[in-house]
Amino acid sequence: MILLLFIVILMVAGVVAWIVAEKTASIARWISLIALAVNLALVIYLWSTQPTEENAPQWIARYVVPWIPSFGISFSLAMDGLSLLMLLLTFFLGIFAVLISWNEIQERVGFYHFNLLWVLAGITGVFLTMDLFLFYFFWEVMLIPMYFLIGIWGHENRRYAAYKFFIFTQASGLLMLLAILGLFFIHGGQTGTFTFDYFQLLDTEMSVDTARWLMLGFLAAFIVKLPVVPFHTWLPDAHSQAPTAGSLILAGLLLKTGAYGLIRFVLPLFPSAAIEIAPWAMLFGVIGILYGASLAFSQTDLKRLVAYTSVSHMGFVILGVFAFNEIAMQGVVMQMITHGISTGALFILAGVLYERIHTRDITQMGGFWKKVPFMGTIGLVFVLASLGLPGLGNFVAEFLTLIGTWPVSPMLTILATIGVVFATAYSLRIMQKVFLGETSSDKFLPDLSLREKFILIPLVAAIIWLGLFPQTVINTVRQVVADPFTTEQIISSDIEKEDGVQ
Amino acid sequence: MEFSNINIIDVLPGMFLVTASLVATLSIAIKRNHKLIFGVTTISLLGVFLFLIFYATNHKFNVEPLFIIDGFGTFITGLLVMSSLAVSLLSYAYFEQREERKEEYYILLLLATLGSAMLVISKHFVSLFLGLEILSISLYSMVAYLRKRPRSDEAGLKYLILAAFSSAFLLFGMALVYATTGSMDFGGIAAYLSGINKLPLSMLAGFGLMVVGIGFKLGVVPFHMWTPDVYEGAPAPVTAFIATISKGGMIVLIVRFFEQIDGFKYPALVLTFTVISIASMFVGNFLAIRQDNVKRVLAYSSIAHMGYVLVAFIAGGELGTEAVSFYLVAYFLTNIGAFGVISILSDHDRDAERIEDYKGLFWRHPKIATVFTAMLLSLAGIPLTSGFVGKFYLIASGVNSGTWLLVVMLALNSVIGLYYYIKIIATMFDKAEGSETLALRPRLYLINLITLVVLSMLMIFYGIYPQGLIDRIREFLQ
Repeated sequence: MILLLFIVILMVAGVVAWIVAEKTASIARWISLIALAVNLALVIYLWSTQPTEENAPQWIARYVVPWIPSFGISFSLAMDGLSLLMLLLTFFLGIFAVLISWNEIQERVGFYHFNLLWVLAGITGVFLTMDLFLFYFFWEVMLIPMYFLIGIWGHENRRYAAYKFFIFTQASGLLMLLAILGLFFIHGGQTGTFTFDYFQLLDTEMSVDTARWLMLGFLAAFIVKLPVVPFHTWLPDAHSQAPTAGSLILAGLLLKTGAYGLIRFVLPLFPSAAIEIAPWAMLFGVIGILYGASLAFSQTDLKRLVAYTSVSHMGFVILGVFAFNEIAMQGVVMQMITHGISTGALFILAGVLYERIHTRDITQMGGFWKKVPFMGTIGLVFVLASLGLPGLGNFVAEFLTLIGTWPVSPMLTILATIGVVFATAYSLRIMQKVFLGETSSDKFLPDLSLREKFILIPLVAAIIWLGLFPQTVINTVRQVVADPFTTEQIISSDIEKEDGVQ
Repeated sequence: MEFSNINIIDVLPGMFLVTASLVATLSIAIKRNHKLIFGVTTISLLGVFLFLIFYATNHKFNVEPLFIIDGFGTFITGLLVMSSLAVSLLSYAYFEQREERKEEYYILLLLATLGSAMLVISKHFVSLFLGLEILSISLYSMVAYLRKRPRSDEAGLKYLILAAFSSAFLLFGMALVYATTGSMDFGGIAAYLSGINKLPLSMLAGFGLMVVGIGFKLGVVPFHMWTPDVYEGAPAPVTAFIATISKGGMIVLIVRFFEQIDGFKYPALVLTFTVISIASMFVGNFLAIRQDNVKRVLAYSSIAHMGYVLVAFIAGGELGTEAVSFYLVAYFLTNIGAFGVISILSDHDRDAERIEDYKGLFWRHPKIATVFTAMLLSLAGIPLTSGFVGKFYLIASGVNSGTWLLVVMLALNSVIGLYYYIKIIATMFDKAEGSETLALRPRLYLINLITLVVLSMLMIFYGIYPQGLIDRIREFLQ
């Protein structure tokens, strides 16, 4: 029941915010804030009740009602450690998305918050649902509001960016829908039960060829969203044109749905096909790391720069996912969370700067440290996080991923590590160009306001906490990452394949 | 032929429509009154619908040799009648704002509905052709109804010539089939075909010619040339009628005909429809991108949508028929809604068809813009709308029958389609600047707004909770 509540609260609050904002705009902001705070409180409550012992059940909460029984579609929600962490991140960043829009958004406030809350509702649904039809449904629900967020409240080139975002994700999503339907009919043909239920579809037996095609359908949706080079071209446009909250949600949350999809669906549903494609996936991961980093280094638009760092960081995710071991997987989950926080924070800083100096061009910035020391300090923390300084969350994530991939492919691991060096270069460049160096203008530049501090300080706290005490996160997802990917299962699927050959 | 044992109550829907149009004609002879005629029309359509719900639901019988009244026919007839009701509700305000004589329009509307409803229940070439002609002839005058607008006349004339032309093809095709099989009854043709292994050339030629006639009515490639011009020239409610009711009847007819003669076992026929389907999707969508007239965009989009429906038609079987039925409901709701928005925004000078007319609509008329956005999203097949469930149904039926090529084309085309639907949506969200002097000044009627709200509610309701409708369809199809 509580799972349903997460989604319902957001959707209802979105509609209410839209309606009441016709009279007073600020009420819409408060409603959104309260809805997200309630959701955050609920997740924290669930987290605190999660059993921590070794053999605890993987699923913390479950909610199922039939929806379209004639197609075997049910409104099926379930939460395990991974979903829990993702929801925590969703509502945590969601609150800041509302707060950062407080002054930035002055037009059509009600509709804005409607979209904001519905995008979050869609993301929440994606992280919770255990029915493949419903999954596709939520996958699309998060798309339309995001399109409006970019298309209406974005920067100068917003329409192009919004189109591109929409068409890329929609096209890949439809391929996933085809794959879902293929799976549905294959499973139905085998067992006689036509169902979209995740747990039942897990047992579907497929020929190697079929599995490969169906997996590619799923993969298409997830690697576009993640994004993996060369499907990343929507990302720099969308991120740089979106309003600050939009960039925050895109980088912090939407990209994570791709990673989540890989972990939740691609690997468990198509283990042998996933193993087959793993070397390629890892290769593309490394290409993404290096390519994203080198492009990030050459950007002059601050938001575009941060966007390309996302491409680079997400390379680690796909690298780790396809390494098939628990350590790498732990690193991936860690990366999903820490990247959400650190990149989100960098986008917030970019937004805060944009509000003050109305440009995102870093060649027009410089020497801001003297004027805004507080902002500079916080900027430094996240720049260091982004380059992977020990003691901050991102280090743990990348370190675990690299350890995990080493036994699988030392060569790729070395290349990925070079990517970390690149990260140092582009990260320090942000610091150098924006906060240090020559003072670019004598214009007055106010330091962070109380509201902005209230946004950024918790993010700093979170990233440090994750760096110092990663064990809490590791414990929470242990069962998820250990369960479907135990070496045992992978070995057994290998044996099956060999049997098939004989 | 035995007509004596037909219970009059069984053919009541048709009788009712005929009577209503006669009553309307007579009342015009006595005194012209727009409200009265409108009332007669809506009440009779509602009456037919209620009759279908309460009486005809479980009555299955044949009216030899012309009609078959089964669940499928009854369901679609109900859909046609309700759509016609929605169109007439939208028409009232539209024609009220114009100087032309308004009353005859409703007679034509009723007759066209009758023709379409006849197509749905035909099982004989004669009733097919009669139904088609009743429909077409009413449509000629409906398209050209606003005589003072040159483009309306042009569209009417174009439709007249091309439709007559295509009817000739259809007729010749029927003649060839009749010459070979000696039967004009679907059952008789099926019986003849089951006795032979290979289609004789004359049959193939006959079917080929019939495809021309059918394809014209559906507006599929390569028989689609009339669609954009007629859509653009016709009054907005009439366009809604052409887009939905006149096409729906024909789709049901070919589904019925194909099922009966088991057309799926002839590769030539399946290939023909496959090519038509794929060509319609691509041509429709690609040409729609290039339009900046909203009516033309919707015209090309309807070409593409007919291509989508053909996917389920080619897939065939129980699921295919279900998918066609569901999709028609979704498509009807959405298209009538979309053209309803156009007609509600039209003033007495011209229809609201230019893309500039929609600039900033969201800030001028938020409710209408929201309805239009919902309709366009449904056409694009985005979740929470019935268009999505409909498209899902089509894809499911295609995947089920293993027609992967068509299914992949459908998915690909959905993406292309998105582009121009979003373009319109984006325009509505744009800030309106300047051009206020050119803006249309429509009078908004409450009845229109209510109709649109009801349509969008239904459209979203079936998108969120399709089970009810699916159950109904299955119940009828049994």
